[in-house]
Amino acid sequence: MASQTILQKLEILADAAKYDASCASSGTAKKNSLGGKGIGSTEGMGICHAYAPDGRCISLLKILLTNHCVFDCHYCVNRKSSNVARARFTPQEVVDLTLAFYRRNYIEGLFLSSGIVKSSNHTMEQIVEVARILREEHDFRGYIHLKTIPEADAEIVHQAGLYADRVSINVELPTDSGLTRLAPDKNAGQIEGAMGKVKADLVEAKDARKRFRHAPRFAPAGQSTQMIVGADAATDADIVGKASRLYDNFRLRRVYYSAFSPIPDASAVLPLKRPPLIREHRLYQSDWLMRFYGYKPTEVMQATEADGNLPLDIDPKLAWALKFRDAFPVDVNRASKEQLLRVPGLGVKAVHKILASRRHRNLRLDDVALLTQSITKVRPFICTVDWQPVTLTDRADLRRLLAPRTEQLELFAA
Amino acid sequence: MKTARNLANVKLGTYYVVQMPTPDDFDFWRERARALVQCEVPPDRVAWVEPGGSGDLFAHGERRSPVPDPDAKPVRANRRFVSLARNAILHSDPERFALLYRLLWRLQANPRMMEDKADPDVRRVEELDKNVRRDSHKMHAFVRFRLVESEKDGETQEHYVAWFEPDHHIVRANAGFFMRRFSNMQWSILTPRGSLHWDGEIMREGPPAERSDAPQGDPMEDLWRSYYASIFNPARLKIGAMLKEMPKKYWKNMPEAALIPELVAGAQGREAKMVEKGALEFEERPETLAAIDKAIHGCRKCPIGQLDNHAVMGEGPQDAALMIVGEQPGDQEDQVGRPFVGPAGQLLDRHLEKAGIERKAAYVTNAVKHFKYVQRGKRRLHQSPGAKEIDTCRWWIESERAIVQPKLVLAMGASAARGMLGKTVSISKVRGAPIELDDGSELWVTAHPSYLLRLDGAAREEQARLFDADLAAVKERLEELAG
Repeated sequence: MASQTILQKLEILADAAKYDASCASSGTAKKNSLGGKGIGSTEGMGICHAYAPDGRCISLLKILLTNHCVFDCHYCVNRKSSNVARARFTPQEVVDLTLAFYRRNYIEGLFLSSGIVKSSNHTMEQIVEVARILREEHDFRGYIHLKTIPEADAEIVHQAGLYADRVSINVELPTDSGLTRLAPDKNAGQIEGAMGKVKADLVEAKDARKRFRHAPRFAPAGQSTQMIVGADAATDADIVGKASRLYDNFRLRRVYYSAFSPIPDASAVLPLKRPPLIREHRLYQSDWLMRFYGYKPTEVMQATEADGNLPLDIDPKLAWALKFRDAFPVDVNRASKEQLLRVPGLGVKAVHKILASRRHRNLRLDDVALLTQSITKVRPFICTVDWQPVTLTDRADLRRLLAPRTEQLELFAA
Repeated sequence: MKTARNLANVKLGTYYVVQMPTPDDFDFWRERARALVQCEVPPDRVAWVEPGGSGDLFAHGERRSPVPDPDAKPVRANRRFVSLARNAILHSDPERFALLYRLLWRLQANPRMMEDKADPDVRRVEELDKNVRRDSHKMHAFVRFRLVESEKDGETQEHYVAWFEPDHHIVRANAGFFMRRFSNMQWSILTPRGSLHWDGEIMREGPPAERSDAPQGDPMEDLWRSYYASIFNPARLKIGAMLKEMPKKYWKNMPEAALIPELVAGAQGREAKMVEKGALEFEERPETLAAIDKAIHGCRKCPIGQLDNHAVMGEGPQDAALMIVGEQPGDQEDQVGRPFVGPAGQLLDRHLEKAGIERKAAYVTNAVKHFKYVQRGKRRLHQSPGAKEIDTCRWWIESERAIVQPKLVLAMGASAARGMLGKTVSISKVRGAPIELDDGSELWVTAHPSYLLRLDGAAREEQARLFDADLAAVKERLEELAG
């Protein structure tokens, strides 16, 4: 092991970290390095410093401290019984790498996770140590996201929150039975218990800041979690239900969905097929409907098909509209914001533009066309001064008319 | 009264030319625009000229700014307009100054005009603003510093230098971002539109630079490139999504971008490897039939293994001289867990008996271990396995053959033949004669009994005759080999 270079370790430990979907660096407290001794700033909006050919943003240095692990979770490439190459960084090595990358403007900060070595507490202490060195010894003011370990003591997890912008605990699988089957060492109750503690810390720190200006911040970018999609039998309805419970109970900033992708040396109980990327996309769309469009989780579930899954060929908002056609057409010149947000093809921005411009003119179809991406998608669901969809909304084949024509090509068709 | 005084300053019918000192000077534009509005100079009588731009349009226009009356009505502009204009003026569109002036002019009559998102001028200024914000955002993201070390007074000085090519006049406007972020670093950003230099205390602006002025590399880039390659998940290739956010025009100044073509090309291979590696626990050939039996039940190497079905193992003596290979288990075989028990199996049994071959003495198995079907209501309809699926499953049939070591293999049907040979052959061409296998044993190929089941009348009689002839030849050859 001593013979491994930093480069070799980086290759192994970045490779091992790539199954974590999150790379967000947004929504934290504003800070900069003026008047400090170090470097770094966060100004609200996250920055993607590069994009990998998988279309995902590279914002943070996302690595594991080590990929040695005493757990044996079937879906995880780093599980005990896996044959992958192993490596281990010292906290100082991670600190040096983070600073070297940050100074060259490659990254917004660090996303550190780890396999479990020795004990959960020991591992969590090592993770916190990296953040401590960065913040205290180098006055680093960039973004830090720490993965916390549910089995570790609450006190150490609390320390993590004091250094980090965001902390996260993965619920891993949408159902408890899936977790029992695929992650025998993990415990759903313990995971949710840990998320509950983090939530309590968040609430308390926020309250303290209101009363004492210099009270310490606790994870100002909140907490998030991740669920693996397609590794167990959970339907989209199960997943949406789980996500909304998590949002409600733990005040999460984000629930990430990660399409299960084949991992090297996978366990035999898992499907070895291409990750269900479209399904993942539809779940994110449903997540958006709940967070920004005012849909209740039960309403999103209404958009699922008989098997409990969202349709893959059309987006969930269109699926909902096609099921509840009596809610349409919506008059863009009179309808409420809530009604407009339900129109397939109208995004939040377009709705705001419609609300602003209709104070100045009676909108015609051409005006709406200027404010939206695609008028053909919107047309069957709205009326304007010069447009009524007459029979269009009632047509039985409306779905076929609106579903995207071209199927996504299989990239590697057999 | 007011009109009279204005007339003293403004020559009626005069065209005004405003020469901008720099392409991004909002304050200068605001001051001139305010004076022109107050003097009621309509937009079509003002030409705005950028540094280096030509003022041909109004070559004889008045270059002095008109002086508004001290009591002139104040110019109204709401906050939304000012914030849009500050950004839009950084755009490289030469029409931007005129557009902004036209908007300001119209705002005097309609102060809430900016809310009318369907107005073409409002839309255009929002578009300019959006382009500039995107360009700034990409500058924050894609600037790549390279370290230059120098000696000064016996100490090593670290200076970070970047080369960037923005689309718009955004360099000066973004100095603050880099200053706030790298306040304790010495850095320079060189661009074709001007450069910025920060020494830790003071920001200096410099003239436009060239790419050759910037350092050509940094040892840390090897680590960064290896990080970029490692964090990429080849199973999720989405090139369009990448190009949308990181268009090719930026690639030449990003050290990691050189890897993209090779990562994309290698993705398919890497994914296949990941899937293949997943079966590592079977990488060593099982040494007993029982081990094969156990392993095929967990096999998920091809899509058939992921259907709701059970693997069906071959059966018969481990030292059988004859190995009979079919295509794949059918619905009944899948339920019972034994090969050749359904209608085709029963037909096979009758023909074997007729030829004098004892089925119990033969090792009977299938080229593909799982039942491939499509669900039609309650029925599961047989589907032929694809070439790739047969080839994937060859691993098992080969393992079985290595253990049983038959002297003669009878492959029934094209799938079975492919399972043995690894290539597709025409049954009518190869039947009736032995094909030598790698271990010296013989392969005989004939039709699959289910083929006979699908035929009627004369055709069926003809095929049954050929099938019997093949079996008879096998029986004869077996006796010779046993001889």
